[in-house]
Amino acid sequence: MTDVAIRATGLRRSFKDKEVLKGVDFQVRSGQIFALLGSNGAGKTTTVNILSTLLKADGGSASVCGLDTQEQAERVREKISLTGQFAAVDDILTGRENLVLVAKLRAVPDHRRVADRLLHQFGLRDAADRRVATYSGGMARRLDIAMSLVGRPAVVFLDEPTTGLDPEGRHEVWRAIKELAADGTTILLTTQYLDEAEQLADRIAILHQGVIIADGTLGDLKELLPPAKVEYIEKQPTLEEIFLAVVGKKGEETHR
Amino acid sequence: MMMKAIRDTVTLFGRSMRHIQRSPDTIITVAIMPIALLLLFVYVFGGAIDVGTGSYVDYLLPGILLIAIASGISYTAVRIFADAQKGIIVRLHSMPVSRASVLWAHVLTSLVSNAISLVIIVVVALLVGFRSSAGVLGWLAVIGILALFTLALTWLAVIPGLTATTIDGASAFAYPLILLPFVSSAFVPTGSMPTPVRVFAENQPVTAIVEALRSLLGSRPVGTDVWTALAWCAGLAITAYVVAMRAYNRAP
Repeated sequence: MTDVAIRATGLRRSFKDKEVLKGVDFQVRSGQIFALLGSNGAGKTTTVNILSTLLKADGGSASVCGLDTQEQAERVREKISLTGQFAAVDDILTGRENLVLVAKLRAVPDHRRVADRLLHQFGLRDAADRRVATYSGGMARRLDIAMSLVGRPAVVFLDEPTTGLDPEGRHEVWRAIKELAADGTTILLTTQYLDEAEQLADRIAILHQGVIIADGTLGDLKELLPPAKVEYIEKQPTLEEIFLAVVGKKGEETHR
Repeated sequence: MMMKAIRDTVTLFGRSMRHIQRSPDTIITVAIMPIALLLLFVYVFGGAIDVGTGSYVDYLLPGILLIAIASGISYTAVRIFADAQKGIIVRLHSMPVSRASVLWAHVLTSLVSNAISLVIIVVVALLVGFRSSAGVLGWLAVIGILALFTLALTWLAVIPGLTATTIDGASAFAYPLILLPFVSSAFVPTGSMPTPVRVFAENQPVTAIVEALRSLLGSRPVGTDVWTALAWCAGLAITAYVVAMRAYNRAP
């Protein structure tokens, strides 16, 4: 019980007459990185929105850290943080001000120090006092994720954290997520990129047309996938490596 | 719980006031158009308008202030729209932050930024000859009515802020509000208007509010206008609040 950080049981949800979730079941253990893999419209965001108390399920139940997401929504919000599909950062404020704002709202003591630590951890120290409007996509995303860590939430939801980023930006974000997990935070991330799930996740579930059709470690899933698919996965990072090699940069710090 | 809500409101209010501080044009542009109208009517058209006794700038100022508020609140719609688009509202809703605080912070910001615009306009009006004989109580009543009017229109602005699909849509709703004072006793007495227009002008909220403000500033008895004005403002504020909250609760 205490070992399970996130539990979804028979989640159902419809929008108008379209049934988006048709009974979604999965569990995420504490400290795991769990990837919810699926194409556009598979129901990933709907699942994350239910788990993060933003949306009510039509049927089934969901709990985070043993707390029901509908009955105990207030307490769930103290345990979690959500990073949505688009960097929800205030671009008129500076990076530091964004972090301090979240720290104040979460009533975290000593918010200046918390902000300093996160700016350092996410390689944003030099850009700390610049307005976020001047940040690159990768930097804004890293700030976005840093904002999710203020107050050390036990569970972090990342909804398509690298969509819209260039390969360098993706690597920056991947590194940030790995560091997060190293702290013992439970992470549920959604993605439509196979290589992203492969890179990051301890466990992967495939959400397709509103149900989980596969759930296991990468090794488990590899046995399920037809060979043609495997070939496709292997090709993608190769092109990326070429790109990164040609550009001659491994992502780190400020490019405007 | 209540304390937490107040603290969150203050924190988020500080955030949007910082936005205004960083783009003071939101206050300047709100003040400039009404000031231009003020000067235009006082120095160009005013000579041809007969308002009976008293100076025209004294007659004109209340209507100018209402126009400033009507254009100022569109920034509230734009700010709420931007927060919704960028996912900031969703982020706040997934945090242990009081839901009501998210909107009240914007409403407070609107009250304060509009007040600053109004002070600038009144200072310019004083420079071009505006004088008031009102005492402290009279001024307090004037401030109260203006604040209530701002509050009502701000809650009205929250609705397009939450429901608009484009940024232009979020601000366009203000145009009819800005025009409303022209079809009222704000610029010219209603007596010269053709009957249908006059009936509309005399029974729309701006006329009652303008008349009440004018009487208060001129230390004349306010009569029933002030109650009509308050009723309009309170009615609009409550209706807009209910509709805005309904739209707000529909959003995740």
